[in-house]
Amino acid sequence: MSDLIKKSAAELASLIAKKEVSSREVTQAHLDQIDRVDRAINAFLYIDGEGALAQADSADKAREGSSPSPLNGVPLALKDVLTQKGIPTTCGSKILEGWRPPYDSTVVSKLKAAGVVILGKTNMDEFAMGSSTENSAYGPTRNPWDVERIPGGSGGGSAAALAAFEAPLAIGTDTGGSIRQPAAVTGTVGVKPTYGGVSRYGLVAFSSSLDQAGPCARTVLDTALLHQVIAGHDPKDATSINATVPDVVSAAKSADVKGMKIGVVKELSGEGYEKGVAERFAESLAILESLGAEIVELSCPNFKYALGAYYLIAPSEASSNLARFDAMRYGLRVGDDGTRSAEEVMSMTREAGFGSEVKRRIILGTYALSAGYYDAFYGSAQKVRTLITQDFSQAYQKVDVLVSPTTPTVAFKIGEKSDDPIAMYLNDVATIPVNLAGVASMSLPSGLSEGLPVGFQIIAPAMKDDRLYRVGGALERELHTKWNGPLTNQAPELVI
Amino acid sequence: MTGNSRISRDEVARIAALARITLGDDELTHLAGQIDGILDAVAVVQEAASANVPPMSHPIEVNNVARPDVIVASLTPEDALSGAPASEDSRFRVPQILGEEA
Repeated sequence: MSDLIKKSAAELASLIAKKEVSSREVTQAHLDQIDRVDRAINAFLYIDGEGALAQADSADKAREGSSPSPLNGVPLALKDVLTQKGIPTTCGSKILEGWRPPYDSTVVSKLKAAGVVILGKTNMDEFAMGSSTENSAYGPTRNPWDVERIPGGSGGGSAAALAAFEAPLAIGTDTGGSIRQPAAVTGTVGVKPTYGGVSRYGLVAFSSSLDQAGPCARTVLDTALLHQVIAGHDPKDATSINATVPDVVSAAKSADVKGMKIGVVKELSGEGYEKGVAERFAESLAILESLGAEIVELSCPNFKYALGAYYLIAPSEASSNLARFDAMRYGLRVGDDGTRSAEEVMSMTREAGFGSEVKRRIILGTYALSAGYYDAFYGSAQKVRTLITQDFSQAYQKVDVLVSPTTPTVAFKIGEKSDDPIAMYLNDVATIPVNLAGVASMSLPSGLSEGLPVGFQIIAPAMKDDRLYRVGGALERELHTKWNGPLTNQAPELVI
Repeated sequence: MTGNSRISRDEVARIAALARITLGDDELTHLAGQIDGILDAVAVVQEAASANVPPMSHPIEVNNVARPDVIVASLTPEDALSGAPASEDSRFRVPQILGEEA
């Protein structure tokens, strides 16, 4: 195994820029690691070895030019919900099997322009619906810390790829926690930027008012460097914010919390949170306090309604968004034998092409939006959304950021909750309020509980994403000193 | 329909038909029970949603966005059709839309 795969993206970029190593060597080292371990992890749905090496060669040439980008030549794993021209994009669904999109998502265009090398597409819960990656039509991804356990979801493939050293960088998407919860249970770092901070053009929509792509890595600085590359206004996304991207890289480097006010959300603790999770959280708070931050406990009383509101709003939007999978323009078509109507073909295709969680949510959403139930369900959920946003605004009058454990528990066993949707949905109880309000949030490792990673969540106001990196950077610096490097270095050696 | 359920099996079947998803008998029974349970859990939102709270559809202020009326490159017909299950004469070929009586 090459030493290169254990290095951070920042270190790799620097070695490549100084010509101490080529992007081709770095890329090949990661392709070798994928070849070695991915049969045990199943993080990747598609590996574009040839394309990656060609991108690596371009990155190596770019070193001759003037000031290559800060991530030039560094490899990345892309969640299979973002389009990359000519590369299969399935969203973890049979309904899109074999589809090769004819265009690049804006995130991919920006990655390519920055010389980032895309290794392949990562596994996910079908259409990003899930918290375990068990809902993928292509089999579950396994957690590199314990292959009997889930890597989180929906972005379990991206998080597991980082933890298994198959890539130093990854892209995820977060609708209710799909970047942060996988980061928490794999001991990696993941950021859901402010809604509108990263373009959704080419991100296959699940719940358009909640979906947000974001950066994933093993360190806070690497996450910041990737954030800087993918963020910014895009005329192709009508909900893209037209404002300067906060300087997240400087924030990650300064990592100074002296005088910052950090709010602990009372509602995101207590019952349901495992002892080890609560202990690691308390230790991280003590570290931040020792660095000069002021810790304040406060209440966000409407957060208790967030899960209910989310599981009405997200399925409602999904039922509308997924209507596009109609067997007419792309993807699967079943039953078209010349005798059946378009409507019959549509219904048969959707029966065959969607998995059970997707069907569950489409039907739930269709119901919540239907005449007679709209006000009681979807309408009420929209009002709760207002109340939760007000809770955040009031909290941010008193503090600079809010914090909580990212998830109530460490990674659970594969199969443990797969047919109990309500138990599964409870994984997202601490991450969901963030998406409803559109604010920015990070999960970073705070240690282990019984040998499994625990995540620490930081929540900043909209377009103050830099605060995530200040706080996360400060906490990480202390923890890395204690651990002698990133937490992922402590993951047990994979037995292949 | 059992005494306290929020949604009957028949109603789930009707909604599935509206959503254009064929469901087998077993799948329908399984899903109906689960959806009933989920509706019970999410109905908590009704406690908080009083009449004087405005609904919110989007986390940021959304304005209509228009770009200058300038022709830019777009997908070629070949690209647009590249993922189609069936195509003919630069068009998507689809199953019959109108019934025999039309």
